[in-house]
Order: sequence, then C-alpha cells, then structure tokens
Amino acid sequence: MFDFIKARINQGFQAIKDLRTARPPAEFRGLPVIGEAECPNGCFKCIDVCPVGAITVNPVNVDLRKCIFCPDCRLKCPESKIEFTNDVRMGATRTESLVISRDNRAPVIEADNKAGSIFKRSLKLRLISAGGCNRCELELSALGNVNFDIGRFGIDLVTSPRHADGIVLTGPLTANMAYAVEETWSNVPMPGIVILCGACALSGGLFAGSPVLDRSFLDTLHVDLYIPGCPPHPLTVANALLDFLGR
Amino acid sequence: MGKWLTAKNARAFHRREIPLLHMDELAKDLVRFLGEGLRVVHFYGRAGVEGAVTITAVLADDTDCSLLVSEAHIKSVLKYTSMTVKEHSLHLFERELYEQTGVVPERHPWLKPVRSEPGSHAVVQINKPPLYSTGGPHEVSWGPVRSVTAESGHFRLLCRGEEILHIAIQLGYQHRGVERLFRTGNPMNKASLVESIAGDTVIAHAWAYAMAIEALSGITLSKKAEMMRSVALELERIAMHLECLSGISAGIGFLPGASTYGRLRTAVIDSMLRLSGCRFGRGLVRPGGVLSGVGSGVREHVLRVLDVVDHDTEIINAYLFGSTGVLSRLEGTGVITPAQVWEAGLVGIIAKSTGLPLDSRADQPFGVYEKDHFTPITVSSGDVYARAKIRALEIEQSIKIIRKWFHYGMMIGENMMEPTLLGAGQMVVTMVEGFRGEVSHAIITGHNSEIEYYKVVDTSFHNWMGLALAARGIGISDFPLCNESFGQSCCGHDL
Repeated sequence: MFDFIKARINQGFQAIKDLRTARPPAEFRGLPVIGEAECPNGCFKCIDVCPVGAITVNPVNVDLRKCIFCPDCRLKCPESKIEFTNDVRMGATRTESLVISRDNRAPVIEADNKAGSIFKRSLKLRLISAGGCNRCELELSALGNVNFDIGRFGIDLVTSPRHADGIVLTGPLTANMAYAVEETWSNVPMPGIVILCGACALSGGLFAGSPVLDRSFLDTLHVDLYIPGCPPHPLTVANALLDFLGR
Repeated sequence: MGKWLTAKNARAFHRREIPLLHMDELAKDLVRFLGEGLRVVHFYGRAGVEGAVTITAVLADDTDCSLLVSEAHIKSVLKYTSMTVKEHSLHLFERELYEQTGVVPERHPWLKPVRSEPGSHAVVQINKPPLYSTGGPHEVSWGPVRSVTAESGHFRLLCRGEEILHIAIQLGYQHRGVERLFRTGNPMNKASLVESIAGDTVIAHAWAYAMAIEALSGITLSKKAEMMRSVALELERIAMHLECLSGISAGIGFLPGASTYGRLRTAVIDSMLRLSGCRFGRGLVRPGGVLSGVGSGVREHVLRVLDVVDHDTEIINAYLFGSTGVLSRLEGTGVITPAQVWEAGLVGIIAKSTGLPLDSRADQPFGVYEKDHFTPITVSSGDVYARAKIRALEIEQSIKIIRKWFHYGMMIGENMMEPTLLGAGQMVVTMVEGFRGEVSHAIITGHNSEIEYYKVVDTSFHNWMGLALAARGIGISDFPLCNESFGQSCCGHDL
C-alpha cells in the first residue's frame, strides 16, 4: 500500500499537455529546410553521401518519401544548404508535397471529410509490420504511453483487424509478408483507411531495390496518409492523424 | 585435431593465415570444442569458384578472450554429416548454411526454412513449412501479424489442454536482404543500413560495423570517440531494458510499472536524441569515430536524467519486486536452466538470468571496456522474475558506468578520423554487447579491397530457441508474458 502511494506520487502528471504545439529538443532532425546559398559548380557531395538517393540538385530537392533523416548530407555540404529543423509536422495526403524544395517548404495534409465524418471521434488502427526494424513499431507503441497518450483523442492501436478502421503499414513490404498483409487488409471493414508510416513503407527506404521485397500490394489501393521519418517521431504521427481527421 | 587460427575481437588478419581443414576434420573439431565449453559465433558458407563452397567457423573462447577461426572447402558433392545431433547449438547455423549455399547437413533433424530467401536452396516456402506433429495435442497458431505493435513472426503452440508442450517458431517474415545489400555500393557508406538491421539495437550494430571497418583500414580511435560510443551503448541498454520492464508490467496488468518505466524510457531516449539527433541514436556512430561530440550542456542534461532514472526506478522496483501479486506471476514461470543455455547456445541477458556470465564486454572486450574492466551481473533462477530482475540490475549498473565515464573527463581528441582504404584479402570478426547480448559482424575483403562477404549474427539468432524451451510446461495464458520477458527481435534474426 505504501509502496503504491509512493510510486503514484512519484509518477505525478507526465502527459504532454498540448501535442499540437509540443516540439522535440532542438537537436532533433525533423523537417529539412533548403537554404538560399548557391551550390558550388559541379558539387554533388550531398547526392554522393545520401544512402537512400533522396536528394536531387539544381535545384536542391529532398524527397521525404526516401529521406531517413541522417546527418550525412548536412555535414558534407560546403554551403550548409540543407538544415534539419525540429519541426515535426511532416504528414501528407499527396506524395507531391513530400518533395521539399525552396518552393515547397512543407508537406500538406488535406483533411479528409469522408474519413473525418466517420472516424473523427474514434479511430482504431491495426499495425502491420512488413519488414519493419522495430523503430516505427516502438514509436507507434510510444504514442499510447503516458507521455503522448494518443488515447485521449479516441485513437488506438487494436489487435484484431476486424475491430480496426484501417491499417498502418511499417517496413518495406517484404515478399514473405505479402500474403499476410493482404489477408489482414481483407479483414478490415470497409471503408478502411491506409496509412504508410516511415521511409521504408513510403518508398522501400534503405531496402529499395532489394530483390526480397514485394510492394505490389500498394499498386492496388489508395493510400490515405503518408508519414515520413526513420522513425517518425510520435508527435509527427499524432499531428498527422489529427490533421487528417480535421481535428 | 586440425589447426585453428587464434584471433581477437576486432583485430584484422590475412585470409592466408586461416587454416584450411577437411570438412570432416572441421566438424570433428567443432563438436569437440563446443563440448569443451567454447561457443559458436559464426558458422556460414559462401560460394567459391566452380560450385565449391567455403565454410567458415568462428568459435569464442571466453576464458581466454580469444576467437578460433578455421575454414573448409566442400567441392563436387555438397554434403556432410550434420553436427546438430551432437551439438544442438548448431541447429540454426546448419539450416542457414543449407538455405544460403545448398550444402546439405545430412541427418539434420529438421531442415525447415530459416528465412525463405527467394532463390534459396530450401525447397519449401515460408507459408507452407514442414509441420512437426506430436500426433494428438491441439495447436494454437499465432502470427505472423501478432500483438498490437510486435514485429512479424509465427508461433505454433503445441499444447495438451492449456499446457504448452513445445512451440514451433517460424521466422523469416521480416527478411529484407540485409547481407546482400552490403555487397553493393560503397562499403564506407553502410552505417545507415547497419542501423536498420535491428532498429532497437542501433548503437551495438553500428559499433560492430564501424569497428570492423576501422580494423580493416588500420586506424585507431580517439578515447573521446570510444567513450561517446560506450555512453550511447549504455543509454541504449537502459532505454530498452526500461521498455522491456514496461512490457512485462503491462503483460500482467501492473499499470504503475507500465506507465512509470514507459515515461522513464521517454526521458532516456530524449537524452539519446540530444546526443545524436534521433531518439534511437541514429547518425552517431560512423567508421572512424562519432559524428557529434558531447557539449557540456548535453553532458549535464544526461547526468540529470540519469539521476531521475536512478531515483525513480528505485521506487518503482521496490513496488514491482515487493508485490506478492506480481511475484506470483513472475516467479517460476518459463524457467530455463544453465544446462539448457549451454545446450541451445543461448547468450547475453538470457544466459545471465540463469547465472552464466556471458557478456562480450567482459569476455571479448572492445573499445573502452578493454581498459575499464567490466564484471557482468547475474541472477540465478532463470524464470521470468530473473529476466525482469537482471534488467533492473543492469539499468543500475549502466547508470554507474556512464556517470564514471562522464567524470573521467576524457573529452579531448578528435571525434572523427578519416578511414583509409580497406586492407585487401583480410578478414575481421567484431563482437559488441548490445542490450540483448552479443552482436557479431564478420567482413572478408577481396583482392581489390572490396567487401567480398559480410556476415551478421544478431543476438536473437542465438536466442529464439530459448523461448521455445522456456515455454515448455507453462500455460498458454502465460506465453505472452514469457515472450515479453525474452524481448527478442524478429528482424535481427531475419536480416
């Protein structure tokens, strides 16, 4: 009894009060900004060092579908043209807005009125890890912990696809998971929503081009929400979901 | 008895130094050495010229802090007599060898697929594995899409009523082709790939890779860089042990534990973020050193967070391990004995929870641990309680280690040394103790300094069998708790 009271008092109140304005520490590598400096002639250092081929030059673009938010391009650039900010709002409903340039500074989420009208107050999602390395999985599970407490918005991860309103896919979609992904999706009641979470799911990420992937599942259906990151910060996921639902 | 090369963790040697044995001799020696108490670190084959296969064995001699290496060629008839019947710890290594090279270990008890790699020699596919039947008991199938946020893997529980007789674990669903991706592109540029082998073991894998590249290019790190790596490795350990304790608490409905350990982990990984820019430590370790040093502000922040973790875990540990309701679920559940650990070749935290001090920080020291002598903690009961207790004790130990290093003041020296060209025709084996246990990488370079073969063995490759052994005789309802206490990685196994 005394142990319980001591532990409870020590725990106190740990939730982040406002997920919409909260920011991770300044060291966090989130949304990149492309600087105004001119690239030196014939410089491809950022392209050479990028392990996922997310960068193009002239003009400099960073494709957030592929970007794994490592510091290598920032460190190699002689003009510090690519800088990462601690801005976590990176979810998008259309892939075009995920290519960051001088003109397109941030991805855009258009609130989905149809999904919003059904799921605004209660959204249950089934996570499918199709080759995920456990980072996306851990961050999605952290979303439900006492700090982020996504449950306060009626959003939860559930066990059965039959109880789910949609699926969250992580990982590059391995060939060995292709069957299980389709089976799970076929058990979600329609209209189900599809969310891709993390660079692997968005583009194959580091494993793009590996012969043991099978991404054909994505050819057949409409993806409702893209959440970039490696892994996406829980605040990125929370804000993307809330924007998508129009809350 | 044949010749074996004595090597050390993270010391490169020439390929011509590796003795070449006849396969029968290699097999005989392996069985003998394993019987004498050595452990298998690597056992793999790679395709050579004209359909021949070169088989490499690396064993760890923990009493002598050394590694033994030998090779054998198999030509024309790709088979040999399986060693698994005599030494069970080789069962998965032999299955992997068969799947990757087509060499048949004859009389292997069960050559079911390891990862079902496309183009592999295993004839059966992952969705239709050969099923082992005990002829009667009922089966509970679980996976590959499992509990809410778990990675994908399949468990078939063979039960009599509510009692589990055995679990047939089938993995491979997360297979992304990591090893073959090492053989393409710039070998210096693989740090990001390594950090994704197992997303929760970022520092350990990145260190094993970086240490191998450094050994092959012959550069020595500054003490500052080594210390930064060790701090990050211990932070990773604290964070993931907290995650596991939170999972065990949630698994038995002990909510104060689930929430307190959970929020403490948030504080620890946010300190990792301040060191590296990522909550999991991505973008810190690179061949040649570390990408960012630690400023005094960050150092003070980390020490402050560790004070909080130290203080608050003491309170919640007292509640968790002092509560009779909790102990009735944890004690005596999923027991594994030291004899089983040896037999199945289990390592790391699972070995330590049965009283066997297997820890590469002590047995095969690397980096800072070479100078700073490390003594592993052990607990002896081998049940879920032991696997929870050892994590609580290791959190305490890691906090002490980080505090000590931060007060050493080894803050001078370069963060990064530029790696040079890799030595041609060499081999290196590196071992790093991640939070689960040892992770080991081996690199073989060719005549043009290119990476000819890259081998990764994650802790989970050794340890999944432990779960099947521990679950024998427990009730089905205790299985999720038992699984949680092992806290293993599917993608580390599947690569």
